[in-house]
Amino acid sequence: MSVATILSKPPTEDKRWKIIETTMRRNDFQPDALIESLHSVQQTFGFLDLPSMRWVAGALKVPLSKVYGVATFYHFFTLKPQGKHVCVVCMGTACYIKGGRQLLDEVQHHYGIAEGQTTKDGELSLLVARCIGACGLAPTAVVDGKVLGKRSATELLAAVDDTLGRKA
Amino acid sequence: MKPEELMTMMDKARADTFAHELRVCTESGCMSLQSDVLQKALSDEVKRRGMSDQVCGKGVGCMGRGCNGPLVKADKAMYQFVKPEHAPAIVEALATQPVKELLCDTQQPFFTRQKLVVRENFGIVDPESLIDCIAHGAYQALLKTVTTMTPQQVIEEISNSGLRGRGGAGFPTGLKWATVSKAGGSTKYVICNGDEGDPGAFMDRSVMEGDPHRVLEGMAIAAYAVGAENGVIYVRAEYPLAVKRLTKAINLARRHELIGHNIFGTKFSFNVELRLGAGAFVCGEETALIASVEGKRGVPRPRPPYPANYGLFGYPTLINNVETYANVAPIINKGAAWFAQIGTEKSKGTKIFALTGKIKNTGLIEVPMGIPLRDIIYDIAGGLPDGKAFKAVQTGGPSGGCIPAELLDITVDYESLAKAGSIMGSGGMIVMDETSNMADVARFFMEFCMTESCGKCIPCRVGTYEMHLLLDRICEKRATPEDLQLLKDLCDMVKQTSLCGLGQSAPNPVLSTLRYFEQEYHTLIAEAQAAREKATHAATSEHIELEVLP
Repeated sequence: MSVATILSKPPTEDKRWKIIETTMRRNDFQPDALIESLHSVQQTFGFLDLPSMRWVAGALKVPLSKVYGVATFYHFFTLKPQGKHVCVVCMGTACYIKGGRQLLDEVQHHYGIAEGQTTKDGELSLLVARCIGACGLAPTAVVDGKVLGKRSATELLAAVDDTLGRKA
Repeated sequence: MKPEELMTMMDKARADTFAHELRVCTESGCMSLQSDVLQKALSDEVKRRGMSDQVCGKGVGCMGRGCNGPLVKADKAMYQFVKPEHAPAIVEALATQPVKELLCDTQQPFFTRQKLVVRENFGIVDPESLIDCIAHGAYQALLKTVTTMTPQQVIEEISNSGLRGRGGAGFPTGLKWATVSKAGGSTKYVICNGDEGDPGAFMDRSVMEGDPHRVLEGMAIAAYAVGAENGVIYVRAEYPLAVKRLTKAINLARRHELIGHNIFGTKFSFNVELRLGAGAFVCGEETALIASVEGKRGVPRPRPPYPANYGLFGYPTLINNVETYANVAPIINKGAAWFAQIGTEKSKGTKIFALTGKIKNTGLIEVPMGIPLRDIIYDIAGGLPDGKAFKAVQTGGPSGGCIPAELLDITVDYESLAKAGSIMGSGGMIVMDETSNMADVARFFMEFCMTESCGKCIPCRVGTYEMHLLLDRICEKRATPEDLQLLKDLCDMVKQTSLCGLGQSAPNPVLSTLRYFEQEYHTLIAEAQAAREKATHAATSEHIELEVLP
């Protein structure tokens, strides 16, 4: 299958493709539903891979290059699978002023991963958020969807270790 | 829905009164402190005591004090730092005296100095209940507009009120509406810009989460005024709760025919769709936002043609910010004259600010325009913690600037802030104390602009990168005096030649810190110079030493 192949039906037998198809149908398979459709893919599968982009491209009649362009333009979309657990450190202005950088440095150092990376065992992904909007609780981090506010670096590492099932 | 039905619904909802009310903040900030668990604990406690017919429990929008959350309002008492285990005591206290140790003083300046227009129903209505919103007057302004006013009258009313765009630039709203109204063609769009990308700002989120029907109502009135039938709300995907509340509000309004075909039995029809952003700051720029709604990469294009003439899918489009739309209903209800008496001569009404940083009271505040900055910092926000000295306040996010202590007496309005080298922006206000290094702050914002630059025009794409490199050198004490000069030149070049607002305003944080805190840059450069001289000296002496060795 060449890169340019456009898929006319979902890439796999997975039933979850129906969810994405519903999103596209609700938008009449119009090209302007591209971002919505990619949101739907990411929400369902956690990331965007080439087969899924190919299928969306075919269904919405948008060139694959444009789909790829959109998928890589927006920070919200990720083309790599995430780790089992996710730690998001907020680097909004309020968090930065109150020491968000130290939190990030510590997590990077401790787990040996840079922002946007996942540990080799696929256990932990480290992400940076622009602002999670909990500025009153700065500095903040989100570990597996749970917002941790006003934490020191040590407290955050303990929380992440705890989530990973490791002893601090 | 017919006009009478709205009135009946309102009267019926108002007649349903309870002896007591328990309101829990369910805005994102408090939710992250598990206010949903708390809400459940309270309602369980009410049920356990068999008080369900006396106590009305509901989740409400932000009550302001995010740092003291979760907040609970029990009748007149406001409680802070509430935990689920406090539920029995709180329910018990409904009939007697409030629980003293949880009380939050609502007579402190943080609350009394505020003036609520947009947020008047925050903490009062349940944003997920249409009936509750209607009981508190939602959609009355829309009813008044479509049944008693002509589109021309609506535009006049908004123009007379002096309302200006709350997204940052402060363009007169009435003028914008008039331009779209004059544009030809039968298809027009109304867009609500809810892509609040400024780090450190969350006013629009709180409005969408706390009173989504007010935003919808404002959009419908705008659509009626400019002759549009379609509306799009563009929200950041990073705001899942706002997305959920807006979706629910749209569905409820549609089901009760408050939006849709022939609203209130008139000829006016209006449909709204929700579109999600995907994390691109540049999409706050109107032409980039339009591209994003069309499903493309959010890249701005040169203006003119302005969206008012050539916008979404090529049709005339009105774009306003969330807070701007939220101001519309009160203006229609209470009149332009009422609105115009709040604020200063050129900046009318109120503005919501997200107060954060090194300050005692963080949270959301809504203040009349023209309030002195000092009053916000020292009176409302209670000054700085730990006895630290105030250094600067940053307004306007990455497009704004820092205002130093000596300018604390300026008033907060579009003109004064611009004169001080900053902007009103969407309303982020971040306070810094003496420990903050201003060159580092400038580097932080430049890094933001560099990553968020869409890459279309070269001044912004390369300019922000180069400026970030220079700021990095300065902060890491590696810079030379020439670097500073180059930085200044680049600021000027990027400001003058970038295509859109992002690039044009990207140098602002650098320019404003240079304007008031240039000494800090010089200190860092002098330290770099000294380190270099020391290194050269060490190298020379080492060299000599090597020579004398046999």
